[in-house]
Order: sequence, then structure tokens, then C-alpha cells
Amino acid sequence: MSASATAAPAPPKVLRVPEHTVEIVSDSGEGAQKCGQIFGAVSAKMGNGVWTVELIPAEIQPPPRVPEGASGNRIRLGEHTVTNWGDRTDLVVAFNEQVLLARHRVDALADNAVLLVEDCWARSEDTDIVAQWNAALKELSGKHYRIIPVAMEDECLTIVDNPKKGKNMYALGLLARIYGRDMELIKAQIAHAFRKKSEEVYKQNVALLELGFHWAEDNIDFRVEIPTHPAETPLVVMNGNEAIGMGAIASGMELCAMYPITPATSVSHYLSEVFEKFGGIVHQAEDEIAAAGVAIGASYSGKVAFTITSGPGLALKTEMLGLAVMTETPLVLVDVQRGGPSTGLPTKVEQSDLLAAIYGQTGDAPHIVMAPATIEECFHVMITARRLAETFRTLVMVLTDANLATGVSPYPKPTLDEQWQAAPLDLAPVRDGQKPYDWNTETGLSERIIPGRSGGMFTLTGLSHDDRSKVAYAADIHQHSSAMRSRKIAVLQSLLKPPTVYGDDKGDLLVVGWGSTKGAIEEAVDRARNEGFKVSALHLRFLSPLEPGLKPIFKKFKKVMTVEINYSDEIGDPYVTEENRRRGQLSILLRNATLVDVDCWGRVPGEPLRPMSILEAIRGRLPRGGAA
Amino acid sequence: MSYTCGLLPVLEQGDDHHYEMSEYEGARARWCPGCGDHSVLTAVQRLLAAEQLIPEQTVFVSGIGCSSRFPHYMKTYGFHGLHGRALPVATGIKLHRPELTVFVAMGDGDCTSIGAAHWIHAMRYNVDMTAMMLDNGIYGLTKNQTSPTTPQGFKSNTQPYGSFLPALNPIAASLGVTNASFVAQTAEWAPSHLYATLRAAYKHKGFSFVRILQRCPVYTPSLFQRAVQDPANITLLVHDDGVVTPDLEKIYQSQTHHDPRDLAAARALAEQSDRINLGVFFKDPSKPRYEETRRVAPRTPVERVALLEKEFARYAV
Repeated sequence: MSASATAAPAPPKVLRVPEHTVEIVSDSGEGAQKCGQIFGAVSAKMGNGVWTVELIPAEIQPPPRVPEGASGNRIRLGEHTVTNWGDRTDLVVAFNEQVLLARHRVDALADNAVLLVEDCWARSEDTDIVAQWNAALKELSGKHYRIIPVAMEDECLTIVDNPKKGKNMYALGLLARIYGRDMELIKAQIAHAFRKKSEEVYKQNVALLELGFHWAEDNIDFRVEIPTHPAETPLVVMNGNEAIGMGAIASGMELCAMYPITPATSVSHYLSEVFEKFGGIVHQAEDEIAAAGVAIGASYSGKVAFTITSGPGLALKTEMLGLAVMTETPLVLVDVQRGGPSTGLPTKVEQSDLLAAIYGQTGDAPHIVMAPATIEECFHVMITARRLAETFRTLVMVLTDANLATGVSPYPKPTLDEQWQAAPLDLAPVRDGQKPYDWNTETGLSERIIPGRSGGMFTLTGLSHDDRSKVAYAADIHQHSSAMRSRKIAVLQSLLKPPTVYGDDKGDLLVVGWGSTKGAIEEAVDRARNEGFKVSALHLRFLSPLEPGLKPIFKKFKKVMTVEINYSDEIGDPYVTEENRRRGQLSILLRNATLVDVDCWGRVPGEPLRPMSILEAIRGRLPRGGAA
Repeated sequence: MSYTCGLLPVLEQGDDHHYEMSEYEGARARWCPGCGDHSVLTAVQRLLAAEQLIPEQTVFVSGIGCSSRFPHYMKTYGFHGLHGRALPVATGIKLHRPELTVFVAMGDGDCTSIGAAHWIHAMRYNVDMTAMMLDNGIYGLTKNQTSPTTPQGFKSNTQPYGSFLPALNPIAASLGVTNASFVAQTAEWAPSHLYATLRAAYKHKGFSFVRILQRCPVYTPSLFQRAVQDPANITLLVHDDGVVTPDLEKIYQSQTHHDPRDLAAARALAEQSDRINLGVFFKDPSKPRYEETRRVAPRTPVERVALLEKEFARYAV
């Protein structure tokens, strides 16, 4: 099975495809992610649609050569825009057979996938390792994989002393050849990626890159061609957490208070690097509660501040969020959702915080909840969130998830606008008779008074209070102030446009989603339509308030079903009935708002939904020919 | 809506306006008759008048508890927030608006129990503000529950057979925090000492922690009875760099000359359990202040957009 060729190679067979999915997997710390990032960035520059996701082990330094340590990148390349990570991988470069097994075992690999595997393990002096290699190959033999052993380590040793520090560039060379990537672009990207290292490091990496490239040229009998279409407008490429950070900067916010938590933290990593030059700071607080408290204190005294967190942190901040709502102090909170409850799946995607986000505070705490659907929207949502927080004097929660946080995809560079930023502080004396909560009794809206304004001195309080911020002792005050806080949500809804249906506005099934699943849902809907199903999709960005006009939209479909990455019972499960069925979180909201019998389909696999799984769910709900 | 710089209202007000003590008075205090909080409120209003603090440039932040009603009784800006969480809110205010003068009022349960993490870290951040911990050794608002500073053996509604643990020593704990810059103790029944200590705390640049010993007339009226009745149980820590109260020297004849820069001596004094030391235990204005360390150059919207364009160039495809 050795592929070390001796004869002159035949010209490679060219595989022209509209899309292809690649993975580079290694032990943690072997640089597979850097290889994947460079490959993805260069592919985007060349004009392919790209969606990159990180494959992250839950531990920092898992032991070497174990399936649970699999770390790397998955890059889905397309002729056109790619909106999600797809179904299965077509080609893998694996640095050992154990991490490859991990991908095999979660059904990540296409049945006919090509697997380029480091084979030094087959020749190890350690008989245990050889036995593991043989067992792995046996386990993999059940599929129609094409396994190509590559002596990466032996090759790399001709250039570096420690092949662990160079295999990733060699692997990049293999991929560059197979996918016909522009070597000059790759070299430029390497120079950028290692800009903090010496010229020597750069040269060595390029030598490894070329070594891999030439090996593939001599030994790999196929190439993959995905047509490229250079972009007409300038594109930028980043992950969702970087987009959140840049959106926060563009919104003019100047204080991010946070406490480290996965997968939200990388927003603060990014901001910590750049925020100060934009006049902002990242404050790492002593705990999640303090992070919210600092943000509230900052907002109270001036421009809207924000805090970022993930599930467990959201739980801890609960009391503070109620305080922001009660005192009508604007605050932006980003929840990068992960699997839950409790510590749950810290590095994995889930959409299970929706109801906690909307209803998780004690008492009645009306506020705004939004969810960007794409990496591009992660940027823009922060600008909208800041403005809504200020205008409506309330908490705005932004729900993203680990899929958006670590997914990397190009999008059109935004045309920046100074008007997105917060206005300078108004420190003029207050008007005669101006009250701390001058509620417009129709809308509940009021102008905020900040410290520094003469004549406006008052004490903000989390106790129930009247419009002068005096603690409420009379019976009707709490009723009235509750109505004022709640009214604002209705006012916002009255200003929103009804959402647009993806596909026909009538049919047998409407699939409704929110957040990062948009790309996968729409791809599944496209496939279902090609199969003859009358299916459309609807994607919601506002969850509190819900976007208007949902009921009339729903009424044009025989069946409405949400698709969500959160747990729901299936009818047919033991003991589960229509009455006791625990439903998907969005479906609960929709049923409540529309009285339509909205069905749901949810999965919590700890990975983004695959279009094919959604397609199967659609088929399952629409048996034989599409009749609901 | 007009926009103006932060100093303009101050200039409009004019330098010549003299604030009377009454101009700092907010709502009528609703504490119980005989509550030590009244004494602290008076001392603070006196301090603001003495320093001529501009009411709209001053913010009182509090948590929850009897003493946390404090901001309502001041005619300044106030933030009456959550139990235990006054300090993060105050920190946020100072990070965003360092020009504002911030005072914090907390109770013993607020500061040393539910808010203990924030207390430790606020000491370490050393953000310039005056934090008053009004310590009556009991939860008063919720009616007589044991707090961390309740003396061992004291009977409360939650520990009716006597509190189980030795009381927490807030001064010793504070002196153990790296970067602490001002730690003092005073008592509500010694008004001139209380005033002088708060004034020293206010004048200190950095986080000033002042524990104010205080009697609750309802639940802990006898808490400091021995010290109140016999001044010999109290020792004044005197130093030109700390608190000097000549009018008290006749009453409190026990005095220790203590240099507040001497941390080791301060710690030894804090551990003395046979007497109550009043005064400045520790003071070091050279300690770095977080809001200064983190101060960044402000950017105009135009500058920010220009910089963001450059940032996007880094991510260009």
C-alpha cells in the first residue's frame, strides 16, 4: 500500500467539482489549525466560497495519539458562497491514525473520502503503536475510504530536527498541490502568520511547504478543481467572535467587561489586542457578576458598555440583568452559546440558552434578544444592539454560538459609518422638572439622566420606583412602571419589518430557525425542493420581541416546524405525548405568539447541524411526495 | 439635545457658589432612631460641604441593607444596586468617568459576606473612591441574622444558640490584599474621629477602605458597649499622615503613634483582640491605581472609523 513512487508519475486525474470539504487533524499543538487557517484564507483570496470550522478538543493538552485529542480545521470550499460546514469531509490530512479514527467515529467522513495519513506509526519500534495502527486500519476498512500513507515525518526530517514543528506546513504543501492553490499567495499568508517569528522560520516553513507540494506532485494521482470566482466587492474574512469585537468597536462602545469563559473569551482576546487604540478597554473582572456590574456602572455613567459570556456566565449574571432592566440602564450582553446545562459541552455548539435569555430573570424583566445568523451579521448586530440599548434604555442580549464564534468565512467589507457610534455624552443641565424616568405613557420611552448633569441628581434604584426614582410604596406604582418597561418591547416590535420567507411563501412545510443554523437550513430546503417537496424556510433575528407578521406567514403552510440545536422530545419516544412533550425553545415561543401548532426538530450533537440531517428531518415530516 | 464638554456645567455654576451642608441633604433618613447610620450621614454631608464637592459630580453607590439606603439621603447622584455588588458598579463608573467623585456605602453582610470577592478585588484594583463599610455586626434589614462580623456566641435569629464562628476581622483581611492603599477604622460614636477619618479617606488618591464601627439600636445595641462606656478600651492610632483629633485626646488617653506606611505594624495592630484601634492603619498613595493604569486616549468617531478601516485591511481577502 506504500505510495512511494519509483516510476515517473502519470498525469493526475482532474476532479472538477462544485465543492469539496477538507480536514486537517492532528494532536493538539501540532499546528493543524494554522495549516487550515492559511489554506482557508488563500482559498477565499482565490475566489472560492469558504467556511472553516475549528475542531477543538475539550482539554488543553490531551495525551498524544488519542481520538479525543483530535484537533484541527474543517474547510468547506465551494464555487459559490458557502454558508455552513456541510455534511461530510471528502479529503483528510491526518497526523496520526487515532485522530483520524475520531473523525471516522463521529461519521464526519464521506464514504469515498481520501485519507492522507502519516504512516511513521506503522514503522514504530513501539509494538503497541504498531498494533494501534493495524487496529485502526481495520476499523477504517468498513468504508470505501481511499487511504494514502504519507511518510510526513521522514520527509520533514530532511529539513527540520523536530518534525512536530513542521508537519503542518508540509501538509499545507500537499493540499496546495491537490487543490491547485496559488503558492505565492500561500507564501504571503505564511509570512503574515509567522510575522512575529524570524526570517529563518519563514524560510524553513516555505521549504516544508514546497517539499509537501513536490511530494504530492510526484505521488498523488488526482487533483481537485473547484471553479473560482474572484469577488467583485472587497471581502474580509474572520470568525464570528472577531466580527463581534469589530462590531463593538464600530458601534463606539468603549468598555467591555468580561470574565474568561469558553467559547466567548476569544472576543476579549481580540479586543484586548486592539481595543485600546480605539479608545476602549477590556476589563477582566473578578467574576461574571462583577463583569456585568462594571458594565452596568459604566453604562449608567455614560456610553453604553457591554459584557460577553457563555451559558454558565449568563446564569451568574442573572440578578445584574434584572437590575439593568429595572433601572432602565442600557446594557449589551453577548452570550456565545455552548452546550448545557451546567458546564455541559464547553467548546461545542448549542442553541439552548434562548428561553433562559428571554425569561431567565426573576420578576418581569422585559428586554431585547437578538441572534445574528451569519458571521457578517455578528458585526452588524453589535451596532444595532448598542443603538437599541440606548434608545430603549434596556438590556439587549445578543445570542451567538460556538459555530459562529469559531467559524471563519469571508463577507463583504462593511462600509463604515460614523453615525453608528454613540453620540458624545450630553452633560448639559437637565430641563426644569425633568424626571429620571420621564416615561412617555404611550411608549414607555424616556430620556436618561447621567451623572454630571446639574439639576438632575437622583438615586437610581433596583427597588420598584416611580418616575422620580422614588421607592414605590403606593399600590399602583409597580403596575404602572411594569407596564412602562414592558411597553417598550411592543413599541420595538411595531418598528420591525415582517421577516422574508426563503422560497415560496406557501407550501407544505415551513422550516423556522434562528441563529447560526440559517445556512444549513436553507441548503437543506434547497435540496428538499429539488426532491419535489414544497418546503420553505424562515429565519428570525429578533427573538424578543419576535418579528411581526408571523401568524399570516405560518397560515400559508400546512405545517410549521422549527429546526434548532437544542433538545426536544420526539413524539413516539417512551412516555412522550403531545401534552407532556418538551419542545424546542423557539417552537415554544412561536406557539405562544401565534397559537399555531408549531412542530420542532432539534438535535444536540455538539456540532453544527449538517444539511443532510435537516433534509432527513424534512423528509420525515413530509412522507412520500411532500403531503403534510 | 445639546452636547457640551464635561467641565462646562461646572464653569456655568461658577466658582463662587458656596454649597451649604443642607444642599447635600436628600430624602429624610428612614433609619431607626438611634441608628449609627445617622451619624455617618451627618459626617459625610459635613465632609462634602467642607470639600465643596459639586453635587452633580458626586456619586454614592450602595448595595442592599440598612446602610445601603445611604444614597437616597444625599442630594447627589446615587446608585442603589444589588446586595453585595456596590463595588463593581462603582468600579464601572470610575473606569468610564474617572472625573466623578465616588463614595460607596456598604454594610458588613454586603461587603464581607455576599460581596467578599468584590471587596478583595476592589482593594487590589485600587480605583480612587471612598468605600465605607458600616459594620454593626448583624443583618438588620432582614431582621437579626448572623453576619461574618457578628461576635462569636452572639445570639441571632439564624444562630439562636450563639454564633458558631469567631468574627471575621475586616481590617486584617484588608491589610492582606496586595495593592491595598488605604485601610482605616473609626466609630460612629466618635463623630470628630469619624469625620476626620472620612476626610483622610476622601483625600487619599486610591481605594480607601473605612470600617465604621456602628451600633444597631434594635439588634446589637451592646455590641461596642464596653468601648463606648469606657474609652480606655479604645486606642487612637495617631500620626500626622493619618488622623489627628486633638479634641479627643482627653477622652481617649490610650494612643499609639503609628506610621501608616508601616504595613507590618499595621497588621500587628489589626490582630490585637483586647482593644479597639481607631485610625489609619495603612496608607500608601504610591500604589498604582487601576483607572489610571487603564486610561486610554479617547478617539473621535472620525478617528475610530479611520483606524477601523486599517483593521479591516488586516482581514482583507
